[in-house]
Amino acid sequence: MTAVLSPGHAPARSARPGDAGSAALPVAFQGLRRTFGTGASAHTVLRDVDFEVRAGEVLAILGPSGCGKSTLLRATAGLDTPCAGSVTIGETPVAGIDSRCAVAFQEPRLLPWHTLQANIAIGLPKGTSAREGKAKVARLLELVGLAKFAKHRPREVSGGMAQRASLARALARNPAVLLLDEPFGALDALTRIKMQDLLLDVHRAEPTTVLLVTHDVDEALQLADRIIVLGKEPGREGDGATIIRTVEVPGPRPRDRGSAELARMRSSLLESLGVDGH
Amino acid sequence: MLDLDKQAPVRAPQDRSPASGRSALLATGWARLLLGLLLPAALVLAWQLSTAAGLFSVVQLPPPAMVFEAAVDLLQRGELARHVAISTQRVLLGFAFGAALGLAFGALVGLSKVADVLLAPTIGALRAVPSLAWVPLLILWMKIGEDSKVTLIMIGAFFPVFTTVSLALRHVDKNLVEAGRAFGLKGLKLLTTVQLPAVVPSVFSGLRLALAQAWLFLVAAELIASSMGLGFLLTDSQNNGRTDRLLLAIVLLAVIGKITDAVLGIAEKWAVKRWA
Ligand SMILES: Nc1ncnc2c1ncn2[C@@H]1O[C@H](COP(=O)(O)OP(=O)(O)OP(=O)(O)O)[C@@H](O)[C@H]1O
Ligand SMILES: [Mg+2]
Repeated sequence: MTAVLSPGHAPARSARPGDAGSAALPVAFQGLRRTFGTGASAHTVLRDVDFEVRAGEVLAILGPSGCGKSTLLRATAGLDTPCAGSVTIGETPVAGIDSRCAVAFQEPRLLPWHTLQANIAIGLPKGTSAREGKAKVARLLELVGLAKFAKHRPREVSGGMAQRASLARALARNPAVLLLDEPFGALDALTRIKMQDLLLDVHRAEPTTVLLVTHDVDEALQLADRIIVLGKEPGREGDGATIIRTVEVPGPRPRDRGSAELARMRSSLLESLGVDGH
Repeated sequence: MLDLDKQAPVRAPQDRSPASGRSALLATGWARLLLGLLLPAALVLAWQLSTAAGLFSVVQLPPPAMVFEAAVDLLQRGELARHVAISTQRVLLGFAFGAALGLAFGALVGLSKVADVLLAPTIGALRAVPSLAWVPLLILWMKIGEDSKVTLIMIGAFFPVFTTVSLALRHVDKNLVEAGRAFGLKGLKLLTTVQLPAVVPSVFSGLRLALAQAWLFLVAAELIASSMGLGFLLTDSQNNGRTDRLLLAIVLLAVIGKITDAVLGIAEKWAVKRWA
Protein backbone atom coordinates (compact mmCIF):
# COMPACT_ATOMS: atom_id res chain seq x y z
CA MET A 1 0.00 0.00 0.00
CA THR A 2 2.73 2.47 0.85
CA ALA A 3 3.76 2.10 -2.75
CA VAL A 4 1.07 4.57 -3.64
CA LEU A 5 3.07 7.22 -1.91
CA SER A 6 6.24 6.65 -3.87
CA PRO A 7 7.49 9.85 -5.48
CA GLY A 8 5.71 9.29 -8.77
CA HIS A 9 2.44 8.90 -6.97
CA ALA A 10 2.31 11.80 -4.62
CA PRO A 11 -1.03 11.77 -2.86
CA ALA A 12 -3.79 14.30 -3.11
CA ARG A 13 -2.05 17.23 -1.60
CA SER A 14 1.32 17.94 -3.02
CA ALA A 15 3.50 19.37 -0.30
CA ARG A 16 4.14 22.47 -2.37
CA PRO A 17 4.17 25.55 -0.18
CA GLY A 18 1.36 27.95 -0.89
CA ASP A 19 -1.06 25.22 -1.81
CA ALA A 20 -4.39 26.80 -0.92
CA GLY A 21 -5.91 25.75 2.35
CA SER A 22 -3.55 22.89 2.95
CA ALA A 23 -2.67 23.63 6.58
CA ALA A 24 -4.75 21.55 8.98
CA LEU A 25 -7.00 23.64 11.23
CA PRO A 26 -8.63 22.91 14.58
CA VAL A 27 -12.42 22.71 14.77
CA ALA A 28 -14.28 23.84 17.87
CA PHE A 29 -17.93 23.14 18.66
CA GLN A 30 -19.41 25.44 21.27
CA GLY A 31 -22.81 24.72 22.79
CA LEU A 32 -24.05 23.43 19.47
CA ARG A 33 -27.73 22.66 19.28
CA ARG A 34 -29.94 21.70 16.37
CA THR A 35 -33.71 21.38 16.51
CA PHE A 36 -35.80 20.49 13.49
CA GLY A 37 -39.36 21.72 13.13
CA THR A 38 -41.18 24.21 15.30
CA GLY A 39 -43.95 24.14 17.88
CA ALA A 40 -45.42 20.77 18.69
CA SER A 41 -43.43 18.98 16.00
CA ALA A 42 -40.10 20.42 17.20
CA HIS A 43 -37.57 17.72 17.65
CA THR A 44 -34.10 18.30 19.01
CA VAL A 45 -31.43 16.20 17.37
CA LEU A 46 -28.25 17.60 18.86
CA ARG A 47 -27.73 19.59 22.04
CA ASP A 48 -24.83 20.97 24.05
CA VAL A 49 -22.13 19.70 21.76
CA ASP A 50 -18.89 21.12 23.15
CA PHE A 51 -15.71 19.77 21.72
CA GLU A 52 -12.40 20.79 20.29
CA VAL A 53 -10.91 18.81 17.43
CA ARG A 54 -7.16 19.35 17.26
CA ALA A 55 -5.51 20.45 14.07
CA GLY A 56 -4.39 17.45 12.07
CA GLU A 57 -6.21 14.97 14.25
CA VAL A 58 -8.37 12.11 13.00
CA LEU A 59 -11.58 12.15 15.00
CA ALA A 60 -14.04 9.30 14.65
CA ILE A 61 -17.71 9.99 15.42
CA LEU A 62 -19.74 7.00 16.53
CA GLY A 63 -23.40 6.84 17.40
CA PRO A 64 -26.61 5.03 16.66
CA SER A 65 -28.46 5.68 13.42
CA GLY A 66 -30.38 8.94 13.47
CA CYS A 67 -28.48 10.44 16.39
CA GLY A 68 -27.25 13.40 14.38
CA LYS A 69 -23.82 12.44 13.07
CA SER A 70 -24.49 13.72 9.57
CA THR A 71 -26.13 16.79 11.06
CA LEU A 72 -22.93 17.55 12.96
CA LEU A 73 -20.85 17.26 9.79
CA ARG A 74 -23.29 19.43 7.87
CA ALA A 75 -23.01 22.11 10.53
CA THR A 76 -19.22 21.95 10.27
CA ALA A 77 -19.30 22.37 6.50
CA GLY A 78 -21.74 25.26 6.83
CA LEU A 79 -24.42 23.38 4.92
CA ASP A 80 -26.67 23.60 7.95
CA THR A 81 -26.99 26.31 10.56
CA PRO A 82 -27.20 25.32 14.21
CA CYS A 83 -30.06 26.75 16.29
CA ALA A 84 -27.65 27.70 19.04
CA GLY A 85 -23.92 27.60 19.58
CA SER A 86 -21.28 27.73 16.91
CA VAL A 87 -18.64 25.90 14.97
CA THR A 88 -15.26 27.56 14.64
CA ILE A 89 -12.59 26.44 12.22
CA GLY A 90 -9.22 27.87 13.06
CA GLU A 91 -9.93 31.40 14.21
CA THR A 92 -13.07 32.11 12.23
CA PRO A 93 -16.55 30.84 12.94
CA VAL A 94 -18.36 28.92 10.21
CA ALA A 95 -20.96 31.11 8.52
CA GLY A 96 -22.36 29.71 5.33
CA ILE A 97 -20.65 27.15 3.16
CA ASP A 98 -17.05 26.92 4.25
CA SER A 99 -14.42 26.55 1.58
CA ARG A 100 -11.94 25.20 4.10
CA CYS A 101 -13.96 21.98 4.36
CA ALA A 102 -14.46 19.17 1.91
CA VAL A 103 -17.23 16.64 2.36
CA ALA A 104 -17.59 13.06 1.24
CA PHE A 105 -21.30 12.60 1.77
CA GLN A 106 -22.98 9.49 3.08
CA GLU A 107 -24.25 8.89 -0.47
CA PRO A 108 -21.81 9.36 -3.36
CA ARG A 109 -23.80 12.29 -4.84
CA LEU A 110 -21.95 12.24 -8.14
CA LEU A 111 -23.34 14.14 -11.11
CA PRO A 112 -24.81 11.40 -13.32
CA TRP A 113 -24.03 13.22 -16.58
CA HIS A 114 -20.33 13.58 -15.84
CA THR A 115 -17.62 10.95 -15.99
CA LEU A 116 -15.93 9.96 -12.74
CA GLN A 117 -13.00 12.07 -13.84
CA ALA A 118 -15.12 15.18 -14.32
CA ASN A 119 -16.89 14.53 -11.03
CA ILE A 120 -13.62 14.40 -9.15
CA ALA A 121 -12.48 17.59 -10.89
CA ILE A 122 -15.41 19.40 -9.27
CA GLY A 123 -13.60 18.99 -5.97
CA LEU A 124 -10.52 20.89 -7.16
CA PRO A 125 -10.00 24.14 -5.29
CA LYS A 126 -10.72 27.39 -7.08
CA GLY A 127 -7.86 28.69 -9.15
CA THR A 128 -6.35 25.31 -9.99
CA SER A 129 -4.88 25.50 -13.47
CA ALA A 130 -6.26 23.08 -16.05
CA ARG A 131 -2.99 21.21 -16.39
CA GLU A 132 -2.43 20.93 -12.68
CA GLY A 133 -6.03 19.87 -12.13
CA LYS A 134 -5.84 17.18 -14.76
CA ALA A 135 -2.71 15.69 -13.24
CA LYS A 136 -4.21 15.77 -9.78
CA VAL A 137 -7.42 14.07 -10.86
CA ALA A 138 -5.43 11.37 -12.63
CA ARG A 139 -3.38 10.85 -9.48
CA LEU A 140 -6.47 10.59 -7.32
CA LEU A 141 -8.14 8.16 -9.70
CA GLU A 142 -5.06 6.00 -9.46
CA LEU A 143 -5.03 6.35 -5.70
CA VAL A 144 -8.59 5.11 -5.22
CA GLY A 145 -8.13 2.39 -7.82
CA LEU A 146 -10.40 3.87 -10.47
CA ALA A 147 -7.88 4.79 -13.14
CA LYS A 148 -9.46 2.40 -15.61
CA PHE A 149 -12.87 3.90 -15.00
CA ALA A 150 -11.96 7.54 -15.45
CA LYS A 151 -14.29 7.90 -18.44
CA HIS A 152 -17.19 5.92 -16.97
CA ARG A 153 -20.40 7.54 -15.81
CA PRO A 154 -21.46 7.00 -12.19
CA ARG A 155 -24.31 4.71 -13.19
CA GLU A 156 -21.88 2.50 -15.04
CA VAL A 157 -19.89 1.67 -11.92
CA SER A 158 -20.74 -0.11 -8.68
CA GLY A 159 -21.89 1.67 -5.53
CA GLY A 160 -18.54 1.09 -3.85
CA MET A 161 -16.70 2.55 -6.82
CA ALA A 162 -18.95 5.58 -6.79
CA GLN A 163 -18.20 6.02 -3.11
CA ARG A 164 -14.47 5.93 -3.80
CA ALA A 165 -14.93 8.56 -6.51
CA SER A 166 -16.77 10.68 -3.98
CA LEU A 167 -13.85 10.30 -1.56
CA ALA A 168 -11.45 11.30 -4.32
CA ARG A 169 -13.55 14.39 -5.04
CA ALA A 170 -13.23 15.46 -1.41
CA LEU A 171 -9.49 14.78 -1.40
CA ALA A 172 -9.08 16.87 -4.55
CA ARG A 173 -9.96 19.92 -2.52
CA ASN A 174 -6.85 19.99 -0.31
CA PRO A 175 -9.12 20.79 2.60
CA ALA A 176 -8.01 22.04 5.96
CA VAL A 177 -10.85 19.96 7.35
CA LEU A 178 -11.93 16.72 5.72
CA LEU A 179 -15.46 15.59 6.58
CA LEU A 180 -16.14 11.94 5.82
CA ASP A 181 -19.62 10.57 6.36
CA GLU A 182 -19.35 6.79 6.42
CA PRO A 183 -17.02 6.88 3.44
CA PHE A 184 -16.38 3.15 3.46
CA GLY A 185 -19.90 1.99 4.15
CA ALA A 186 -20.60 0.47 0.76
CA LEU A 187 -17.28 -1.34 0.40
CA ASP A 188 -16.52 -5.02 0.78
CA ALA A 189 -14.20 -5.99 3.64
CA LEU A 190 -11.02 -6.10 1.57
CA THR A 191 -11.60 -2.85 -0.32
CA ARG A 192 -12.58 -1.23 2.92
CA ILE A 193 -9.25 -2.08 4.52
CA LYS A 194 -7.41 -0.83 1.44
CA MET A 195 -9.31 2.44 1.53
CA GLN A 196 -8.67 2.85 5.25
CA ASP A 197 -4.97 2.40 4.59
CA LEU A 198 -5.22 4.89 1.76
CA LEU A 199 -6.78 7.46 4.06
CA LEU A 200 -4.01 6.97 6.60
CA ASP A 201 -1.37 7.31 3.89
CA VAL A 202 -2.87 10.52 2.60
CA HIS A 203 -3.17 11.81 6.13
CA ARG A 204 0.39 10.93 7.00
CA ALA A 205 1.78 12.58 3.89
CA GLU A 206 -0.23 15.76 4.39
CA PRO A 207 -1.92 16.02 7.73
CA THR A 208 -5.39 17.47 7.64
CA THR A 209 -8.07 17.50 10.29
CA VAL A 210 -10.39 14.57 9.63
CA LEU A 211 -13.89 14.12 11.04
CA LEU A 212 -14.90 10.59 10.21
CA VAL A 213 -18.42 9.37 10.85
CA THR A 214 -18.65 5.62 11.04
CA HIS A 215 -20.83 2.80 12.26
CA ASP A 216 -17.89 0.54 12.61
CA VAL A 217 -16.14 0.52 15.99
CA ASP A 218 -13.14 -1.35 14.61
CA GLU A 219 -12.74 1.21 11.87
CA ALA A 220 -12.78 3.98 14.46
CA LEU A 221 -10.16 2.17 16.55
CA GLN A 222 -7.91 1.66 13.55
CA LEU A 223 -8.09 5.14 12.11
CA ALA A 224 -8.77 7.64 14.85
CA ASP A 225 -6.65 9.52 17.33
CA ARG A 226 -9.78 10.09 19.35
CA ILE A 227 -13.31 8.78 19.22
CA ILE A 228 -16.46 10.58 20.33
CA VAL A 229 -19.71 8.76 20.88
CA LEU A 230 -22.94 10.65 20.24
CA GLY A 231 -26.05 9.50 22.08
CA LYS A 232 -28.77 10.34 24.55
CA GLU A 233 -27.72 10.86 28.12
CA PRO A 234 -29.38 8.44 30.55
CA GLY A 235 -32.31 10.18 32.18
CA ARG A 236 -32.54 12.76 29.36
CA GLU A 237 -33.85 10.50 26.62
CA GLY A 238 -36.36 13.14 25.55
CA ASP A 239 -33.61 15.58 24.60
CA GLY A 240 -31.29 15.46 21.65
CA ALA A 241 -28.06 13.54 21.47
CA THR A 242 -24.81 14.93 22.77
CA ILE A 243 -21.27 13.66 23.27
CA ILE A 244 -21.63 10.92 25.84
CA ARG A 245 -18.11 9.66 25.65
CA THR A 246 -14.67 10.68 24.45
CA VAL A 247 -11.96 8.08 24.02
CA GLU A 248 -8.29 8.63 23.29
CA VAL A 249 -7.02 5.72 21.19
CA PRO A 250 -3.49 4.76 22.22
CA GLY A 251 -0.67 3.75 19.95
CA PRO A 252 0.64 4.87 16.59
CA ARG A 253 -1.01 3.70 13.39
CA PRO A 254 -1.17 1.18 11.81
CA ARG A 255 -2.41 -0.58 14.91
CA ASP A 256 -2.39 -4.28 15.51
CA ARG A 257 -5.90 -5.44 14.76
CA GLY A 258 -5.51 -8.24 17.29
CA SER A 259 -4.26 -6.22 20.26
CA ALA A 260 -5.88 -7.01 23.60
CA GLU A 261 -6.12 -3.37 24.60
CA LEU A 262 -8.03 -2.47 21.45
CA ALA A 263 -10.31 -5.45 22.05
CA ARG A 264 -11.14 -4.11 25.52
CA MET A 265 -11.85 -0.65 24.13
CA ARG A 266 -13.94 -2.21 21.45
CA SER A 267 -16.31 -3.96 23.80
CA SER A 268 -16.50 -0.92 26.04
CA LEU A 269 -17.40 1.29 23.06
CA LEU A 270 -19.98 -1.22 21.91
CA GLU A 271 -21.48 -1.03 25.34
CA SER A 272 -21.74 2.75 25.04
CA LEU A 273 -23.55 2.21 21.79
CA GLY A 274 -26.02 -0.06 23.53
CA VAL A 275 -24.65 -3.28 22.14
CA ASP A 276 -23.96 -5.87 24.82
CA GLY A 277 -20.30 -6.80 25.01
CA HIS A 278 -19.49 -10.47 24.82
CA MET B 1 -0.97 -0.57 -6.88
CA LEU B 2 -4.46 -1.04 -5.73
CA ASP B 3 -6.17 -3.82 -7.48
CA LEU B 4 -9.70 -2.96 -6.69
CA ASP B 5 -10.99 -2.86 -10.21
CA LYS B 6 -11.14 -6.58 -10.48
CA GLN B 7 -13.53 -7.22 -7.66
CA ALA B 8 -15.96 -4.50 -8.44
CA PRO B 9 -18.62 -5.50 -10.88
CA VAL B 10 -19.06 -3.01 -13.65
CA ARG B 11 -22.36 -2.39 -15.23
CA ALA B 12 -22.43 -2.40 -18.98
CA PRO B 13 -22.36 1.13 -20.38
CA GLN B 14 -25.56 0.51 -22.28
CA ASP B 15 -28.00 -2.30 -21.80
CA ARG B 16 -27.66 -4.29 -24.94
CA SER B 17 -30.13 -6.99 -24.15
CA PRO B 18 -30.44 -9.44 -27.01
CA ALA B 19 -33.54 -8.19 -28.72
CA SER B 20 -36.09 -10.54 -30.16
CA GLY B 21 -36.53 -10.53 -33.94
CA ARG B 22 -39.53 -8.24 -33.86
CA SER B 23 -38.16 -5.62 -31.53
CA ALA B 24 -34.91 -5.64 -33.49
CA LEU B 25 -36.88 -4.84 -36.64
CA LEU B 26 -38.75 -2.08 -34.85
CA ALA B 27 -35.50 -0.64 -33.59
CA THR B 28 -33.97 0.10 -36.99
CA GLY B 29 -34.69 3.58 -38.28
CA TRP B 30 -35.72 2.69 -41.81
CA ALA B 31 -38.12 -0.05 -40.77
CA ARG B 32 -39.76 2.35 -38.35
CA LEU B 33 -40.05 5.03 -41.00
CA LEU B 34 -41.63 2.65 -43.48
CA LEU B 35 -44.05 1.24 -40.93
CA GLY B 36 -44.97 4.76 -39.84
CA LEU B 37 -45.85 5.60 -43.44
CA LEU B 38 -48.26 2.66 -43.70
CA LEU B 39 -51.24 4.47 -42.21
CA PRO B 40 -50.82 7.69 -44.26
CA ALA B 41 -50.55 5.55 -47.41
CA ALA B 42 -53.75 3.72 -46.46
CA LEU B 43 -55.48 7.05 -45.89
CA VAL B 44 -54.46 8.35 -49.31
CA LEU B 45 -55.71 5.12 -50.83
CA ALA B 46 -59.06 5.43 -49.09
CA TRP B 47 -59.24 9.05 -50.19
CA GLN B 48 -58.53 8.05 -53.80
CA LEU B 49 -61.07 5.22 -53.74
CA SER B 50 -63.87 7.27 -52.18
CA THR B 51 -63.43 10.16 -54.60
CA ALA B 52 -63.21 7.79 -57.56
CA ALA B 53 -66.44 6.14 -56.42
CA GLY B 54 -68.07 9.58 -56.46
CA LEU B 55 -68.96 9.62 -52.77
CA PHE B 56 -68.08 13.32 -52.54
CA SER B 57 -68.39 16.26 -54.86
CA VAL B 58 -65.13 17.78 -56.10
CA VAL B 59 -65.76 20.88 -53.98
CA GLN B 60 -66.23 18.76 -50.87
CA LEU B 61 -63.25 16.52 -51.42
CA PRO B 62 -61.16 16.68 -54.56
CA PRO B 63 -59.15 13.55 -55.44
CA PRO B 64 -55.47 13.32 -54.44
CA ALA B 65 -54.35 13.91 -57.99
CA MET B 66 -56.02 17.32 -58.04
CA VAL B 67 -54.30 18.31 -54.84
CA PHE B 68 -51.03 17.21 -56.34
CA GLU B 69 -51.72 19.26 -59.45
CA ALA B 70 -52.52 22.26 -57.29
CA ALA B 71 -49.17 21.78 -55.60
CA VAL B 72 -47.33 21.61 -58.93
CA ASP B 73 -49.20 24.64 -60.19
CA LEU B 74 -48.37 26.75 -57.12
CA LEU B 75 -44.82 25.50 -57.18
CA GLN B 76 -44.34 26.57 -60.79
CA ARG B 77 -45.67 30.00 -60.01
CA GLY B 78 -43.20 30.20 -57.16
CA GLU B 79 -45.96 30.78 -54.63
CA LEU B 80 -45.70 27.50 -52.79
CA ALA B 81 -42.06 27.95 -51.82
CA ARG B 82 -42.85 31.47 -50.64
CA HIS B 83 -45.75 30.35 -48.45
CA VAL B 84 -43.76 27.53 -46.93
CA ALA B 85 -40.65 29.61 -46.41
CA ILE B 86 -42.38 32.53 -44.74
CA SER B 87 -44.42 30.28 -42.45
CA THR B 88 -41.39 28.25 -41.45
CA GLN B 89 -39.40 31.39 -40.83
CA ARG B 90 -42.13 32.83 -38.60
CA VAL B 91 -42.40 29.59 -36.63
CA LEU B 92 -38.67 29.24 -36.14
CA LEU B 93 -38.17 32.86 -35.10
CA GLY B 94 -41.14 32.88 -32.75
CA PHE B 95 -40.13 29.51 -31.35
CA ALA B 96 -36.53 30.60 -30.77
CA PHE B 97 -37.46 33.83 -28.99
CA GLY B 98 -40.30 32.25 -27.02
CA ALA B 99 -38.22 29.25 -25.94
CA ALA B 100 -35.30 31.46 -24.90
CA LEU B 101 -37.57 33.67 -22.82
CA GLY B 102 -39.34 30.60 -21.40
CA LEU B 103 -36.00 29.15 -20.39
CA ALA B 104 -34.86 32.38 -18.76
CA PHE B 105 -38.09 33.04 -16.86
CA GLY B 106 -38.53 29.35 -16.06
CA ALA B 107 -35.05 29.29 -14.53
CA LEU B 108 -35.76 32.46 -12.56
CA VAL B 109 -39.07 31.26 -11.16
CA GLY B 110 -37.85 27.71 -10.63
CA LEU B 111 -34.77 28.75 -8.69
CA SER B 112 -35.76 31.87 -6.80
CA LYS B 113 -38.57 31.84 -4.28
CA VAL B 114 -38.83 35.61 -4.53
CA ALA B 115 -39.20 35.50 -8.30
CA ASP B 116 -41.74 32.72 -7.91
CA VAL B 117 -43.90 34.75 -5.56
CA LEU B 118 -43.57 37.88 -7.66
CA LEU B 119 -43.91 36.49 -11.17
CA ALA B 120 -45.77 33.20 -11.12
CA PRO B 121 -49.29 34.59 -10.56
CA THR B 122 -48.94 37.11 -13.40
CA ILE B 123 -47.48 34.60 -15.80
CA GLY B 124 -50.20 32.13 -14.85
CA ALA B 125 -52.87 34.73 -15.60
CA LEU B 126 -51.29 35.63 -18.94
CA ARG B 127 -51.22 31.97 -19.87
CA ALA B 128 -54.97 31.80 -19.25
CA VAL B 129 -55.60 34.34 -22.05
CA PRO B 130 -56.67 32.40 -25.17
CA SER B 131 -54.23 32.89 -28.02
CA LEU B 132 -56.67 34.58 -30.37
CA ALA B 133 -57.40 37.27 -27.83
CA TRP B 134 -53.91 38.67 -28.41
CA VAL B 135 -54.34 39.09 -32.14
CA PRO B 136 -56.28 42.38 -32.26
CA LEU B 137 -53.99 43.97 -29.71
CA LEU B 138 -50.83 42.85 -31.46
CA ILE B 139 -52.13 44.13 -34.80
CA LEU B 140 -53.03 47.44 -33.20
CA TRP B 141 -49.60 47.79 -31.69
CA MET B 142 -47.40 46.34 -34.38
CA LYS B 143 -49.52 46.57 -37.51
CA ILE B 144 -49.96 43.63 -39.85
CA GLY B 145 -46.27 43.00 -40.29
CA GLU B 146 -43.95 40.21 -39.38
CA ASP B 147 -43.53 41.49 -35.83
CA SER B 148 -47.10 40.87 -34.78
CA LYS B 149 -47.05 37.31 -36.09
CA VAL B 150 -43.68 36.39 -34.65
CA THR B 151 -44.75 37.89 -31.33
CA LEU B 152 -47.91 35.82 -31.23
CA ILE B 153 -45.94 32.66 -31.98
CA MET B 154 -43.44 33.67 -29.33
CA ILE B 155 -46.25 33.90 -26.81
CA GLY B 156 -47.37 30.42 -27.81
CA ALA B 157 -43.89 28.93 -27.51
CA PHE B 158 -43.09 30.67 -24.24
CA PHE B 159 -45.55 28.96 -21.91
CA PRO B 160 -44.76 25.25 -22.39
CA VAL B 161 -41.04 25.92 -21.92
CA PHE B 162 -41.62 28.21 -18.97
CA THR B 163 -43.89 25.73 -17.20
CA THR B 164 -41.79 22.61 -17.70
CA VAL B 165 -38.50 24.32 -16.85
CA SER B 166 -39.76 26.06 -13.71
CA LEU B 167 -41.39 22.88 -12.41
CA ALA B 168 -38.42 20.66 -13.23
CA LEU B 169 -35.94 23.01 -11.57
CA ARG B 170 -37.92 22.87 -8.38
CA HIS B 171 -37.56 19.10 -8.32
CA VAL B 172 -33.85 18.76 -8.99
CA ASP B 173 -32.29 16.29 -6.57
CA LYS B 174 -31.57 18.39 -3.47
CA ASN B 175 -28.63 16.19 -2.54
CA LEU B 176 -26.88 16.93 -5.81
CA VAL B 177 -27.44 20.65 -5.49
CA GLU B 178 -26.11 20.55 -1.94
CA ALA B 179 -23.05 18.62 -3.08
CA GLY B 180 -22.45 21.26 -5.75
CA ARG B 181 -22.76 24.05 -3.21
CA ALA B 182 -20.49 22.22 -0.78
CA PHE B 183 -17.80 22.28 -3.44
CA GLY B 184 -18.13 26.01 -3.88
CA LEU B 185 -20.52 26.19 -6.84
CA LYS B 186 -23.08 28.96 -6.72
CA GLY B 187 -25.22 31.19 -8.88
CA LEU B 188 -24.77 30.81 -12.61
CA LYS B 189 -22.04 28.21 -12.21
CA LEU B 190 -24.27 26.04 -10.04
CA LEU B 191 -27.07 26.49 -12.55
CA THR B 192 -25.00 25.39 -15.51
CA THR B 193 -23.12 22.62 -13.69
CA VAL B 194 -25.90 20.97 -11.72
CA GLN B 195 -29.37 22.37 -12.17
CA LEU B 196 -29.66 22.83 -15.93
CA PRO B 197 -28.11 19.47 -16.85
CA ALA B 198 -30.49 17.80 -14.40
CA VAL B 199 -33.50 19.27 -16.21
CA VAL B 200 -32.33 18.72 -19.78
CA PRO B 201 -34.87 15.95 -20.44
CA SER B 202 -37.72 18.15 -19.19
CA VAL B 203 -36.44 21.12 -21.16
CA PHE B 204 -36.68 19.08 -24.32
CA SER B 205 -40.19 17.87 -23.66
CA GLY B 206 -41.08 21.51 -23.06
CA LEU B 207 -39.41 22.52 -26.30
CA ARG B 208 -41.35 19.93 -28.27
CA LEU B 209 -44.63 21.10 -26.81
CA ALA B 210 -43.57 24.66 -27.59
CA LEU B 211 -42.84 23.83 -31.20
CA ALA B 212 -46.29 22.29 -31.61
CA GLN B 213 -47.78 25.42 -30.03
CA ALA B 214 -45.72 27.58 -32.39
CA TRP B 215 -47.33 25.98 -35.44
CA LEU B 216 -50.74 26.34 -33.83
CA PHE B 217 -50.22 30.03 -33.20
CA LEU B 218 -48.77 30.50 -36.68
CA VAL B 219 -52.02 29.44 -38.25
CA ALA B 220 -53.95 31.63 -35.84
CA ALA B 221 -51.81 34.60 -36.84
CA GLU B 222 -51.92 33.93 -40.56
CA LEU B 223 -55.60 33.12 -40.72
CA ILE B 224 -56.51 36.53 -39.49
CA ALA B 225 -54.10 38.93 -41.03
CA SER B 226 -51.59 38.04 -43.68
CA SER B 227 -50.92 38.01 -47.38
CA MET B 228 -48.51 35.10 -47.36
CA GLY B 229 -47.95 31.82 -45.59
CA LEU B 230 -49.78 28.56 -45.18
CA GLY B 231 -52.48 30.10 -42.97
CA PHE B 232 -53.11 32.69 -45.67
CA LEU B 233 -53.29 29.87 -48.23
CA LEU B 234 -56.00 28.30 -46.07
CA THR B 235 -58.26 31.39 -45.89
CA ASP B 236 -57.56 32.42 -49.45
CA SER B 237 -58.48 28.97 -50.75
CA GLN B 238 -61.60 28.92 -48.63
CA ASN B 239 -62.70 32.26 -50.08
CA ASN B 240 -62.09 31.06 -53.62
CA GLY B 241 -63.59 27.62 -53.13
CA ARG B 242 -60.26 25.96 -53.89
CA THR B 243 -60.63 22.88 -51.73
CA ASP B 244 -57.61 21.33 -53.46
CA ARG B 245 -55.32 24.12 -52.24
CA LEU B 246 -56.96 23.99 -48.84
CA LEU B 247 -56.15 20.33 -48.51
CA LEU B 248 -52.67 21.01 -49.82
CA ALA B 249 -52.09 23.56 -47.05
CA ILE B 250 -53.27 21.08 -44.43
CA VAL B 251 -51.03 18.33 -45.74
CA LEU B 252 -48.08 20.71 -45.81
CA LEU B 253 -48.71 21.83 -42.23
CA ALA B 254 -48.82 18.20 -41.15
CA VAL B 255 -45.64 17.26 -43.01
CA ILE B 256 -43.55 20.30 -42.09
CA GLY B 257 -44.74 20.22 -38.49
CA LYS B 258 -43.79 16.58 -38.26
CA ILE B 259 -40.38 17.19 -39.80
CA THR B 260 -39.49 20.01 -37.39
CA ASP B 261 -40.66 17.88 -34.48
CA ALA B 262 -38.58 14.95 -35.70
CA VAL B 263 -35.48 17.12 -35.90
CA LEU B 264 -36.06 18.31 -32.36
CA GLY B 265 -36.71 14.70 -31.36
CA ILE B 266 -33.28 13.70 -32.64
CA ALA B 267 -31.67 16.51 -30.67
CA GLU B 268 -33.64 15.40 -27.62
CA LYS B 269 -32.46 11.82 -27.95
CA TRP B 270 -28.88 12.96 -28.15
CA ALA B 271 -29.25 15.33 -25.22
CA VAL B 272 -30.97 12.80 -22.98
CA LYS B 273 -28.25 10.29 -23.69
CA ARG B 274 -25.62 12.89 -22.96
CA TRP B 275 -27.15 14.44 -19.86
CA ALA B 276 -29.40 11.91 -18.17
N1 LIG C 1 -33.75 18.52 7.10
C1 LIG C 1 -34.25 17.84 8.14
N2 LIG C 1 -35.52 18.06 8.56
C2 LIG C 1 -36.03 17.39 9.60
N3 LIG C 1 -35.37 16.46 10.29
C3 LIG C 1 -34.11 16.19 9.93
C4 LIG C 1 -33.48 16.86 8.83
N4 LIG C 1 -32.23 16.40 8.70
C5 LIG C 1 -32.08 15.47 9.67
N5 LIG C 1 -33.20 15.34 10.41
C6 LIG C 1 -33.38 14.47 11.55
O1 LIG C 1 -32.24 14.54 12.34
C7 LIG C 1 -31.94 13.29 12.88
C8 LIG C 1 -30.50 12.98 12.69
O2 LIG C 1 -30.21 12.85 11.32
P1 LIG C 1 -28.75 12.51 10.80
O3 LIG C 1 -28.83 12.34 9.35
O4 LIG C 1 -27.81 13.52 11.34
O5 LIG C 1 -28.49 11.12 11.52
P2 LIG C 1 -27.21 10.19 11.44
O6 LIG C 1 -26.65 10.09 12.82
O7 LIG C 1 -26.30 10.65 10.38
O8 LIG C 1 -27.86 8.81 11.06
P3 LIG C 1 -27.31 7.64 10.12
O9 LIG C 1 -26.27 6.93 10.90
O10 LIG C 1 -28.48 6.78 9.89
O11 LIG C 1 -26.77 8.29 8.89
C9 LIG C 1 -32.90 12.28 12.27
O12 LIG C 1 -33.87 11.95 13.20
C10 LIG C 1 -33.50 13.03 11.12
O13 LIG C 1 -34.84 12.67 10.98
MG1 LIG D 1 -25.80 9.98 8.55
